[in-house]
Order: sequence, then structure tokens, then C-alpha cells
Amino acid sequence: MSDRFSGKAWVYGDNVDTDVIIPARYLSTSNPAELAPHCLEDLDSGFMKKMEPGDLIVAGGNFGCGSSREHAPLAIKGAGVSCVIAVSFARIFFRNALNIGLPILECPEAVSGIESGQRVEVDLAEGRILNLDTGKAFSAKPFPPFLRDLVARGGLVPAVRARLEERRRNAR
Amino acid sequence: MARTLAEALIASHTTDRAEPGSICRVRVDFAFANDITGAPAIEEFSRMGAERVFDPKRCAIVPDHFTPNKDIASARQVQAARRFAREQGMLFWEVGRAGVEHAFLPEKGLILPGEVILGADSHTCTGGALGAFATGVGSTDLAGAWALGETWFRVPETIRVEVEGKPSPWVTGKDLILSLIGMIGVEGARYAALEFGGEGIAALPMDDRFTVANMAVEAGAKAGLFVPDDRTIDYATARAARPFEAAYPDPGASYARTVRIDAGKLEPVVALPHLPSNVKPAKECESLELDQVFIGSCTNGRLRDLELAAAVLKNRTVHERVRLVVIPATVEVFAEAMKRGFIETFIEAGASVSTATCGPCLGGHYGILAPGERCLSTSNRNFVGRMGHAGSEVLLAGPLVAAASAVTGRVTDPRELFGVDAFPKGGEGE
Repeated sequence: MSDRFSGKAWVYGDNVDTDVIIPARYLSTSNPAELAPHCLEDLDSGFMKKMEPGDLIVAGGNFGCGSSREHAPLAIKGAGVSCVIAVSFARIFFRNALNIGLPILECPEAVSGIESGQRVEVDLAEGRILNLDTGKAFSAKPFPPFLRDLVARGGLVPAVRARLEERRRNAR
Repeated sequence: MARTLAEALIASHTTDRAEPGSICRVRVDFAFANDITGAPAIEEFSRMGAERVFDPKRCAIVPDHFTPNKDIASARQVQAARRFAREQGMLFWEVGRAGVEHAFLPEKGLILPGEVILGADSHTCTGGALGAFATGVGSTDLAGAWALGETWFRVPETIRVEVEGKPSPWVTGKDLILSLIGMIGVEGARYAALEFGGEGIAALPMDDRFTVANMAVEAGAKAGLFVPDDRTIDYATARAARPFEAAYPDPGASYARTVRIDAGKLEPVVALPHLPSNVKPAKECESLELDQVFIGSCTNGRLRDLELAAAVLKNRTVHERVRLVVIPATVEVFAEAMKRGFIETFIEAGASVSTATCGPCLGGHYGILAPGERCLSTSNRNFVGRMGHAGSEVLLAGPLVAAASAVTGRVTDPRELFGVDAFPKGGEGE
């Protein structure tokens, strides 16, 4: 995905937990294509019918609280959601999203300034969020350098691969 | 600089500066997954180009969530986990020889004071009861730890929880942690470590400490740490699978904040749907009728929990409208509960008793709820749809409230059954 994209926003409240993002009854697979049809099923059963690939989820505080299931960001990514903008993220979900390459931004001002159905443009590299319907722009909280580097390298898998290679070289 | 317990634990596992907010590369002593999180971890492990886990005796998969295999897809996940564990020579236990990971691994001496533990399950924080920096991650992070024997942490700020005074015998570890979450909220400790101390903690049995540490994540915490004392060291020494060295906070360590709880004022509570912070005294919720009661899980499926539940259920019967599901958290707990007559008490009272597994806690199997049904559960989450249909309800409580409620068929403060001064025989504990 490019660093710049736009889509319709779907707005939810605080404490959207991983059980409503992807209920445990679907956890006998970790295939994003099989998880996606059930994304947000227990929070908003109409979500998958109304959303289009590229749309965004906008939510309150503590998004992704609860279970460590990586299936939650996988289901959201599999559904074609381009980005989750929230007031804050629960810590395990935060790590999981970065690890699997689901774009997330922390920006309380944007969450207050976006309503469901409005079109939003995101420049991920700059952390800029633009409400295309109102013209209002917002800046997301930048990640610390270590995490920016992790994301730039493509997530944890390439980072671990590089670290393993470094160790093999040193062992020789 | 004086360190909190979290800082001391991370500092002993890194060469980086371990100050709150800094990011450290941290050595991991033990890394585990379950049957649900194991399958994707195995795939990521291979995508990382890893061939062998860093140390097979320090890597484990505990198949506890959908076991005994509930359907073909679950059977396949366990099969993949078993195959990988065999190839790697790592720790793996079949159903019937294990239990719920967070109860089973400490029992086996695989989570020890002074250690850093990574688990692909959010309730890994349970290990904090032993003074280990134990925290939950997703499958990819876990795969990284299997491959490297290390991970990265942002060093958390620490919130000190001072528990003053002694709780009454009617108040369990569950009432303490639910009351705390009710006070600080489900994100009251987000990204932070909780460090428990004070007179009320010294009096708390190990099983209750596991309950408290288990639910640290429900306040958003990265870890829920108990400063090791004689109880901790005795428990760990009797079981340790490897040598350990406990870590302690320094006097004068600086805390982001201190929360004080007067244990003497705590009472039996329930968390109403749909957040663990929605906490009310049980006696104010007695009009709520129940369809099911679940006693078990990594939160409250240990021997002390079953002992308390059995003390309430002895010579009583479960209300005709209620299904009582009891699942001991490990086979060791199950066997001991049989020897002590608890299982007989449960069966005579009309309960369904099952082999050690997560059961209905996460809506897997063994007691799923229909629309409109209400379950009081000793587990840790009451989110929408957690134990079944999105139109069902889960209430959280400790084993005394759960057992009393199973008898009356509605939310019940156990003191209502016995009277305040007549604590049930057999429930006195240590």
C-alpha cells in the first residue's frame, strides 16, 4: 500500500475490544481472508456490508483492548481497512498492528473531528490526517524512532530475519 | 537510581538503559503460546528464516483453548502445534496432562521470580504473581522470541498499589482486583506496570495473587507484579524447573502514581456487562437472575478457588434454572480437588465438571451462551459476545459469589447464605 490514501470513516467509541473485532468462535483459522467476513461482527453487524476496501476505522480510547489475538489486526487488514485512527491503542494490539503491517495512528483531535461516513485522507509518512468533507487537518502523534525504523523495515519479520543473519555472521 | 520492580527485572535482562520510556532489547527466559496463537507463530517463525528455537527447554506450546479439540479446524491447529513442538524438541503437553497455561506453567516451575516471560496470550501477566516480568504479546512477537531468545520492550512507568489493612474472609483476590479496576478503569494502567504491596498483600495466599496478577491486563497494564516474599519463594523453590534469582524494587523507587486500597473496606463484588470496570457490590445486584455459572479459568480455577466454592456448595444444590460448569484449571488441581472431596461436592450439588481447559471463558466450547442468557463467571472478561451470542451477558465475580449465586439462581453476596459471622466450614484455608 502507498503511504497516502483516502476512504470513508466508520466511527466507533472507546474500548473496542478484540472479542468484538473478531469473536473467538472464528479463531480456528488465522487466514485473513477467512477472518475478514466477521470483522467487527459483534460490534456492528452491518460493517462488512457497508464498508469498502480503503475505508478507515476511527475510534476512541483503548482500541484493541483484551485478548492478544493477532487475528484482530489481521481481520481488519483482511477486510481492506486502510488505517485505524484512535485516541489510544491497547498495548498488545499496538504491537500486533505494527508487526503485521496494519497502519495505525494515535490522534485524539482527529477522532473528535471526524464523523461516520465522512471522507478522510491520510499521509502515513507525515502522520497527516485530512477530513476531506470539512477541510480540517490533524497531525498524529509520531512514533518513537525505534518504531519508525521497525515499520520502515516492513515490520518485525524482516527485523528478526536481519538479526538472525547478523548473529550467523558473527558466529562464523 | 532507585528502581521499581519492573525496572529492576528489565535491567537484569538488558545491556540498554532501563528507564521508564526507554526502549530496550531484552533477554527472554521463557516463551510460550497456546493452540490458537501457536499456529500463526509457527508460520511467522518460518517466515523469519528461523530454523531452531533459541532453547527448546525454554519454549512451549500449551494446547488449552479449543481442547479437547472442539472441531476439525481446531484439531488441525493443535496438530500443527504438536508437529512443530516435536520437530523443535520443545515443551508440549497433551490435554489431560496439562491445563490452562497461566495456571499450569507456574505449577510446573517454568515461570519463576526474577525472570522475563513472554507469552502469546494476554493473561501471561499472571506470572507477575511470582515476581516475574511476564507479559502478553501477539503471535509474531512470540515467534521473534522463539527465534532470538530476546524481544524489545518500552520500559513501563510503574503504578504502585498499596493494599492496607486485612480483607475479611469473604473477600477474595478477585474482589480486590475487580475493585481496583473499578477504581482506575480499563485503561487506568495502560502501558504501565502495576506493583502490588502492603499489609493486605502479605496476607494474600498465592492462588489469590495469581488471580490479581491475571487481571492486570484488564486495567490495560503490561505487567502486574508482586514483590517476592516468603510465600513466593517457598512456592517457586518447591517447583522450580531451573535456578532462579528473585528481583526486588529499591527503597525510594519513583512511581508514576500510588493507588491506596483499604482491604478492610472491600466487599464481595461483581463486574456487570460489558466491561471489567463496571463493578458493583454483589448485594446491590441481587435482582439479576442467572442461566449459567462458570467456575474455572486462568483467573479462578485453582485449588483455593475450588475449596471456597465447595465450602459454599457442600450439602446444597444448584438452583434448578441454573447450569453450573466447573473446570479445574489444571490436572494437578483436578486431582487434588478429587482427593479433598470438592469434585464430589460439585457433582452432588448438580454441577457439570470437565477436564482442565479454558472452556467457555472465551466462548470456545463447554458452555456457550444463547441470545438473552446471563452467565456469572469467575473468568476475566465480560465483553459483548465473550462467552457466546452477542446478545448474551457475562458478569464477573470470585468463587464465593459464584457458588452462592449458583445456589440461589441470582447474583448473591455469600454472606446472605451464611450470615456475616458464619464463614463456611472447609473454606478457612491456610
